[in-house]
Amino acid sequence: MQREIYEPKIVGFFCNWCSYRAADGAGTARIKHSPNVRVIRLMCSGRVDPVFVLKALSLGADGVLIAGCHPGECHYIEQNYKTMRRFAMLKHTLRAFGISERRVRLVWASAAEASQLTEAINELVEDIRTLGPLRWPTNWAEDDGHLPAVDRVLLEHQSAMEVGR
Amino acid sequence: MTMKRISIDPITRLEGHGKIDIFLTPDGDVAETYLQIPELRGFERFCVGRVAEDMPNLTSRICGVCPEAHHMAASKALDALFHVDPPPTAKKLREMFYSIFYTTDHTTHFYALGGPDFIMGPDAPPEERNILGVIKKVGMEIAGRVLKMRRDGHNMIEMIGGRKVHPNWGLPGGVSRGINEEQRKEIERLGREAIDFGKFSIQLFNDIVLGNPDYVRLITSEAYTSRTYNMGTVDANNRVNFYDGMIRVVGPDGREHAKYDPKDYRDYIAEHVESWSYLKFPFLKRIGWKGFVDGVDSGIYKATPLSRLNAADGMATPLAQREYERMYEALGGKPINHTLATHWARLIELLYAAERWVELATDPEITGSEYRVLPTATPDEGVGSVEAPRGTLTHHYCTDERGILTRVNLIVGTTNNYAPINLSIKEAARSLIRKGTTVTEGLLNRIEMAFRAYDPCFGCATHYLPGKMPLTVVLRAPNGEVLQTIRREPPRWEAKSDS
Amino acid sequence: MSDKGRLAIYWAASCGGCEISILALNEKILDVANAFDIVLCPCIMDTKTRDVEKWPDRHVDVCLFNGGIRTSEQEYMARLLRQKCKVLVAFGSCAHEGCIPGLANLTCRQEIFETVYFETASTDNARHVIPLPETRSNGFHLALPVFYDTVRTLGQTVAVDYYLPGCPPEAPRIWDAVVAILEGKLPAPGSVIGAETTCCDECPRTRNEKKIKAFNRTWQIIPRTDTCLLEQGLLCCGPATRAGCGARCPEVNSPCIGCYGPNVGVEDFGARMITALASVIDSNDPDEIDRIIREGIPDPVGAFYRFSLAHSLLRRRALVPDAERLELPRPKIAAQA
Repeated sequence: MQREIYEPKIVGFFCNWCSYRAADGAGTARIKHSPNVRVIRLMCSGRVDPVFVLKALSLGADGVLIAGCHPGECHYIEQNYKTMRRFAMLKHTLRAFGISERRVRLVWASAAEASQLTEAINELVEDIRTLGPLRWPTNWAEDDGHLPAVDRVLLEHQSAMEVGR
Repeated sequence: MTMKRISIDPITRLEGHGKIDIFLTPDGDVAETYLQIPELRGFERFCVGRVAEDMPNLTSRICGVCPEAHHMAASKALDALFHVDPPPTAKKLREMFYSIFYTTDHTTHFYALGGPDFIMGPDAPPEERNILGVIKKVGMEIAGRVLKMRRDGHNMIEMIGGRKVHPNWGLPGGVSRGINEEQRKEIERLGREAIDFGKFSIQLFNDIVLGNPDYVRLITSEAYTSRTYNMGTVDANNRVNFYDGMIRVVGPDGREHAKYDPKDYRDYIAEHVESWSYLKFPFLKRIGWKGFVDGVDSGIYKATPLSRLNAADGMATPLAQREYERMYEALGGKPINHTLATHWARLIELLYAAERWVELATDPEITGSEYRVLPTATPDEGVGSVEAPRGTLTHHYCTDERGILTRVNLIVGTTNNYAPINLSIKEAARSLIRKGTTVTEGLLNRIEMAFRAYDPCFGCATHYLPGKMPLTVVLRAPNGEVLQTIRREPPRWEAKSDS
Repeated sequence: MSDKGRLAIYWAASCGGCEISILALNEKILDVANAFDIVLCPCIMDTKTRDVEKWPDRHVDVCLFNGGIRTSEQEYMARLLRQKCKVLVAFGSCAHEGCIPGLANLTCRQEIFETVYFETASTDNARHVIPLPETRSNGFHLALPVFYDTVRTLGQTVAVDYYLPGCPPEAPRIWDAVVAILEGKLPAPGSVIGAETTCCDECPRTRNEKKIKAFNRTWQIIPRTDTCLLEQGLLCCGPATRAGCGARCPEVNSPCIGCYGPNVGVEDFGARMITALASVIDSNDPDEIDRIIREGIPDPVGAFYRFSLAHSLLRRRALVPDAERLELPRPKIAAQA
């Protein structure tokens, strides 16, 4: 029996000026890359709020890739430095949640670096394929998992003697 | 043959959750009683990995009725952990703050929690047996004084420590802010009014409780008497002190069992586990766990206002000392084993706390500018202990060299009393419910009165520290059936900031 | 027959501080008692659960429910009270976002039981006993609620009509909410009843441009009393925290710890703190940035999710760590560069 091959779901936040163009370029040049990254285009990697990364993971993404311009080449001058700092703080925090560091990456790619970006994407996909799916919402039971125990509480109350005034 | 079960669920007029199950024989006598604590939050586990200086704020959420107690114990544990000695102004500020808290908290208990049973009567309709009923009965002149005492106390706590509930003030080496002369004047003024209130409350107790022969009979009855050991903190003169001192344990026969530095608590206290409660049962190690029985051969001990007074040789302030002597004279000398007398002892402590409040508010160093020193040593391990209103409270922390917690142990006020409370409930139930008794709601309330005297705080019910354990533990029922298998994995969830 | 409304106050996995804060209404508690019959409040009144079970549905007008949900009994009471009341208010930080007990979501039942019932230095448990949902003692059958792995908020358990934030909510805010209820001037259902600005707005300290070279632990410095604490390198949660407390902690020189929960528009408190603090780090060198973070913030979850972990986007630590996941089959066709 053939097991289904696991395809990681990765959300990518790519900045408009460098990395999105690089990804575009990869397509034009017909460079083969894993199709696992769902790309969301932002004007700048500095727009990536840590909330986006957490939301993606909490909703079922297996990994997140942030791609921006090289430091010093940001279209908006300095914002990718903020990306760098936010990302460092976010990774530091994610460790405590038991999420492998390998799942969340920040890469710099200029518009001309289509093949480097593709390589980074492929590497990430294979790495996460090894790690396996994250399936974050399975970390807590939905309500129904507890309901039998909740029902027993009422039964326990009802089995005691009634006492009047 | 089914056993009839009466359930008091939940127990009320206290802090925390609990239920009492009373099992009756077919004849209608009490076969057995259980006070189960259905709650656990796991502070000792989830505080591991936190920065130690967060503990005054984290542990105050163990209990919102006595957050100041945890805040103080935590601050003292941090002093010990960081090997730093707070300057005199800091210690006096802490103790003054603590005395203000004690006055307020004991007021809350007497008037809102335990007192209604006496002021309204144990069998009064349940809708009236509460602070609102008390206010209606005693009238606004008296009720106004109670509300004012709590308001003043809370306002002073907020002014000094930041907030009325869950102050944010304690640090290793001192406190985050001192007081100025204007604040000191206000603190002193309200302290003197608090002393008046303390005297007034004792007078009220005299009139309503001691002046009522039924209540005196209740207090001295065997149903509410148990002869256990008594624990409390004493100063160098063996006087009651809430903030600092040695822990002293005195037997039901009055003989001293132990007197030790709080950091040595593990040599004297151990904790017993039962499968029917989330809370554990501390007992005196050197005597041992003998089950739910009292007497000199049972390791059960109480840590309550009454046991503090039993364990000490007196009160450190004059008015409270007079009341102390009066109580022991009235009830036949030391120690007093009548649990309901705890309400009286609590009011004596209220008066002492108010006197101490003024003593410290008039100390020349109280407005000093040295309210903090910075620690310089590397943290490793520390124990901090205070008397919480509900019993001796011990915080024990171990950290790595950065001050990140690796082990936490908390022996908390009410937990000390969990075994004697069970015993008191059993005795009251056995005495009140016999063959042929009609069990009414009022009768069940009289059983609850057996625990209310302790002023329990079952939210303070979570505390333990990691260490070594066997790799696999298999739990079996008496018939050998496996109930549960617990495997211990090597620690993998230390919160590391670098991989 | 009373024409007063009916008010219920209940506590789940909580500390009692919310009840004390209600009592801090002082004389105004009598105004509350004039407007409402308080039909349930185990802290100060003797109503029992059996009484509640016998009420008709929607018997109670307003229920102020504090405490998180971490046992089957607490879930039962949440569902029961939802049924028996018209308006359910998640009162205080525990019910709103899990509060400090929510930090137990960094661990799980097994680890907590191991620590509590076996590993403490003062535990004497040679018989390896642990609390069980069903047990026998002396021949009697006793039941305990089931202890869950994960702390949940009230809103994650039942439908909540309003949230009143704070650990605890300050008495003046409680009074504002009571008045709003009595006057019928409530926001849309599901809303937080509170300010729409941050604690920073209530703080009187002067703010300048922030350039942080190092974050300080609170025991490392004695801060100036007039300047912003974050500027002085202390981890002050003001920028993410909803106003309502009057910035009392900075008043006594302590940084805000975030007890009022996230401000409006802040979906994840920790994420907001991460972005706020990262923005003010004064460095563009990756190694220096890492060092500043590592040395100054050794416990990021404790610092950023102290009150809000149960309500955050991730909610808890992974129950199964990543390293233990099984290797899955690789695709037959490898990607080509």
